[in-house]
Amino acid sequence: MKPGHGDLLLAEGDPRVAEEEERLIEEFRRQLDLGMWAAVPTADGARHEATMVRDFAEVPRDAERVVFFPPAAGG
Amino acid sequence: MTVLIASSVIVIAVLAGVAFGPTLGARLSGRRRRRRVEPPPPPYDPGRERRAETRARELLRSVVSGEEYAMYAELGFIALDGAQRDGGYGYLLYPHRPIVAYDTETGELLNEYCVAFPDRSEPAIGQRLPGADDVLAKWMSLRAGERELISVANMHVPGRQVDPGQVRRDLIRLREWRARRVGSPA
Repeated sequence: MKPGHGDLLLAEGDPRVAEEEERLIEEFRRQLDLGMWAAVPTADGARHEATMVRDFAEVPRDAERVVFFPPAAGG
Repeated sequence: MTVLIASSVIVIAVLAGVAFGPTLGARLSGRRRRRRVEPPPPPYDPGRERRAETRARELLRSVVSGEEYAMYAELGFIALDGAQRDGGYGYLLYPHRPIVAYDTETGELLNEYCVAFPDRSEPAIGQRLPGADDVLAKWMSLRAGERELISVANMHVPGRQVDPGQVRRDLIRLREWRARRVGSPA
């Protein structure tokens, strides 16, 4: 999520393929180093949820995507 | 006499150099540095925010439930139950306005939670996410860690930033909207 842009695709790949997983991990770390928060949206039927992740290992293997967004601050 | 004037000018020039040289040098080099580092601001694009909002709505649609997305599209906010299932409270998520907590039984307004998701990476474009992204950030943060988000937010009594009359009217609109959806054929 970016001001003036909406969402941008940062990286994509299959985590079961070593090279692609490496690229995904690199981008994941880069975003967290920039201070972004990472959330994995999930849906179980009509119920939609999100899980915050702080390490790539916490991302479920079957996750379709990770959404990065700026951290919350008191307004 | 000429020699005296010339040497005086030289002495004054040297003293001026000692006195003002470092400041002047720093200013000039700072100006050069700024000129090098700061890119020109992007030209004003009236459609940019609208396109960003359109993209943000697509992302919102793909993450939240169909009912929640329809609520945002039609009412302009998302109503979300509190994480404690039997807590009897919920939140109204407005774009770029505080999160409003309310009693789901009585409709009583409980608190305002002032929270923002400023992105400082591109100052020329601004810090504000598109409206639908702001709502989605609130939604994900509340779904994933209600306590953490609430602990970051500044809590106020209702009415500090959001008009309580407007929120009460929104709760009535929400009730009517839900009733219509239940009554409408699938």
